[in-house]
This record gives sequence, structure tokens and C-alpha cells, in this order.
Amino acid sequence: MRYVIVGSGVAGIAAIEAIRSVDTFGEIVMIGDDPHGYYSRPGLAYYLTGELHDKALFPRTADDYRRLNFRYMKGHVAEIQREVQSLLLHDKSLLEYNKLLIAVGAQALPLEVPGTNLEGVLKLDHMEDAKRILKFARRGRTAIVVGGGITALELVEGLLAHRMKVHYLLRGDRYWSNVLDEQESKIVEHRLKEEGVILHHHAEIIEVTGKNGHANGVRLLNGKTLKCDLVAYAIGIRPRTTLVKQAGLAMDRGILVNEYLQTNDPDIYAAGDVAQAYDPLTGRSILDSLWNPARQQGTIAGLNMAGKRSAYIKSAPFNVTRLAGLTTTIIGTVGGGRDKDVVGIARGDSETWRELPDAVIAQTGFDVNRVRVMVGEKTLLGAIVMGDQKLSLPLETLISAQVDISSVRNRLLAPNAKIGDVITEFWTGWKARN
Amino acid sequence: MFQRDSDRHSVLATGQVVPDLERCVQCGICSYNCPIGIDVRAHAWRGEPVKHSQCLTCGECVARCPRGVLRFEQTDLFKKGDE
Repeated sequence: MRYVIVGSGVAGIAAIEAIRSVDTFGEIVMIGDDPHGYYSRPGLAYYLTGELHDKALFPRTADDYRRLNFRYMKGHVAEIQREVQSLLLHDKSLLEYNKLLIAVGAQALPLEVPGTNLEGVLKLDHMEDAKRILKFARRGRTAIVVGGGITALELVEGLLAHRMKVHYLLRGDRYWSNVLDEQESKIVEHRLKEEGVILHHHAEIIEVTGKNGHANGVRLLNGKTLKCDLVAYAIGIRPRTTLVKQAGLAMDRGILVNEYLQTNDPDIYAAGDVAQAYDPLTGRSILDSLWNPARQQGTIAGLNMAGKRSAYIKSAPFNVTRLAGLTTTIIGTVGGGRDKDVVGIARGDSETWRELPDAVIAQTGFDVNRVRVMVGEKTLLGAIVMGDQKLSLPLETLISAQVDISSVRNRLLAPNAKIGDVITEFWTGWKARN
Repeated sequence: MFQRDSDRHSVLATGQVVPDLERCVQCGICSYNCPIGIDVRAHAWRGEPVKHSQCLTCGECVARCPRGVLRFEQTDLFKKGDE
């Protein structure tokens, strides 16, 4: 029996661990084209800021890999030949498989304007990208960052940490408007301005200009031009589906898989950023580009490949990140507010003076502490916690377990409600009974 | 005010560093900053509290984690009757 895993990210590693938990003898081969192998991709943001050096990003030692007992190949898969259950590799050799897992991840959407092939126009997907950015990041030079969401801010923070002058271009009128509310965007933008970032709103790049093959400026839709030494973009990602398209597997934006992470070919599975997993609760197939869902999917795929039937149960969307230095947790659905299930929105101070059971001590000491809770008919649908994180664990539980909060719903939505206290009190009572 | 502080101190003295597995992205900032050299990251991968006898509960890892993965909690690891 040979299991082959294409991709060296967390979904692939989790799959190997899962296979080994069931099958100690089957041969496992992992083939990846990232020259650095398995490392924490989310951690690249902290490598950029200098909080970590590159060696620290590797969670596994050579001993750990030896214990898992698999063969790792650096290489590129050119074709999947399903009829003969083989992979055609870059060197024209064939690698046979009995069970195959595609876990090749996603990649940054390219900036589609003239001039992006100039040197100094950079994205952040892999470690090589991070190293390239660090090569260009020089004190006193000017950087332009374009994009919304988390990665764009990671680029901003990383370049600031290297004392560059940073211009951040936003297409809309505020940062991450489809997730944050006006107040939250304002908080983030204010902190960015304090750090010295020059913000531009309603700014869209139409051309990157250059000299001697190197980027030296951008031209905006409104006619403005800005001089710079590098342009970093993070305008979204897309699953790496080229390999699979050619093999004729069912696809949408990603590779379609059922709740066992199986494609329409029973011996081929997909997991991680490249997979579009079926959620039996909603009946929809969703793309996820988060580390933990990728790990969970890899685990479930591995178990199924090794014969232990397991279903992937998607939990409520959940992400923690750092926005301009503020730890921010986003749970469930928080954007829009035009969602007809939302009965009301409760906003308030996320710091609470009430004691939590077990005297939990979480991160505190932020100067901003905000919570926004999307309140449904009987349950909480989503929440954002910015700053003090004490409330994020209770909210996480209440939202993903879809706990009935009818008894406190009106108190939560009352004007000037002490949200922190209401939630803490409710959660303490609920925990005692469950 | 004092009650709250003394509660905090007793948790820090008798508590453990507990990870929330779902939040961790294995970046390694925790392990990198541990003055004892404990592989806190590996604990976070397994969702296990840091039961290391040398953990000082200094709080470096808890404070520095960019994703709020770690917290102090009084667990039942050292309850009476355990060795």
C-alpha cells in the first residue's frame, strides 16, 4: 500500500500523522515543491517583523520526521495519470499511488496591471517570498502596500519593522469593510497612522512604473503618482488547481470533496486551502484558507485514506489575528449586518471585571478593548473581540455550540449594556450546568 | 481589588499554561521566548497543558503569542492524590 501526498503544508503533515495512527506499515511518500518543506506559513508574518528568525518557523525536527516514517521528495508533479494510478513527475519519472492526497494549497492572486513583472513587485505566499521581501526592505526606502484583509496588514507591519516609509492603498473608504464595522476600521486605521503609515482611501493602482527593470513608482486611477522602491500586494488567493484541472476531477473554485474529503475519484482526496469541502449542515461547499481547518481536513483525509471512515464536521468560522498590534478574534458571521438572521448587534467593552470560573488569565493590558456580538433569534451568530481576549473563549463556545441565549438576549441588546458582564455571567452559569 | 490580585497570584503559582489548539498556527514565538527552552509549540499542537516541572509560569509565552492561544488555568494536574 502506498499513500502519496502532494504538498508539504499542514494538511499534508496532519494527514501523515493520521495515517500512521491507523496504519504503521503502509508506505507514505510526500512530494512538495516548496524548497523549505513544512513550516508555519502564518508565522511568516512574524518572521517579517523580526519577532522570529527563519529557523524558528519549523515545528518538526529530523527525529520527528524519522519517527513518522515517510519518504519526502522535493519535486513537482506534472500530471496525474488516474488510469494507471500514477503521478508523472518533473523529471519524467512515474510515482505510483494507491491512495492520493492533493494538499497543494492556494496562492496569491496576481496584481493585474502593467509593470508587475518588474523587480520589487512582491507577494507573500511562501518563505522564498518572505526572504525576497526582507532583501528589499531597507531603512528609509518607500514601500507601497495594496490589498485588504489580514495579509496586507502583515506586509505593512513587516515593512514598518524595517523602518520603511509605508503607503497603504485601500480601494474602498475604510479598512476591511466587509468584516469590520466603521468603529473597528477606524481603530485599526488610527493605530496604523500612529505607527507612521500613510493611508490612501479610494486608491486603485493602474500601473507600476519602473527604471532599469526595477519598480520605482505607481500610478493611481485618480491620476496621482507615488514614488516607491517596492510594491507589495495581497489582494486575495486562489486554490492551486492547475494540476487537478488536467486530471478531470470535479472542481468549482477549489477541488470539490465530500465530507470524507474524497474527490469524485474514490482513491483521490483533497484537503487544505485547495479543497472545497462539503458541509452537511448547510449543504454548501466552502473554501477555507485557515491553518486549523486545513489541519483538521488533513487529519480526516488521512484517516479515510487509511480505511478509518471519518466525517469532517466544519466548526463555526474562527480566526485570531493581530491587526495593527491588536489581537483580534473573529468568530462566525460578523460582516454585513444585513443578514436577516441577525436580530440585533451588541457592542461594548470587552474587558470584564467579573471573575471567570477557574480564574482564567488571558492576554490583557491592551489600550483598546472592544467586543461586537451578532445576536440572532435564539443564538449568537458571530462576534469580534478586539484587545482584551477574556471574552473570546466564552463567545467561541456559545457560538459554535449554538447555545440558546434567549434568557439574556434582551439584556445583551439593551442600550449601554455591560456586554462583558452579561456574557460572563451567562457563560459561568452554562458551564456549571454542562 | 486585593481579592482579585490575590486570586491572580494563586493561579500563577498553582496554574499551568494551557493552549487552545484551534487558535495555534505553530509559528513558534512561544518556544522561541521560553527562558527554559520548553517546546510550548509542541504542547499547543497536541492541546496539552505544559506539565513541565521546570515551567516557571513566567508568562512570556502567554503574553507574546500573537494569536492569544495560551492562558493560565488552574488545572487538576496537581490535585491531591496525584504523584
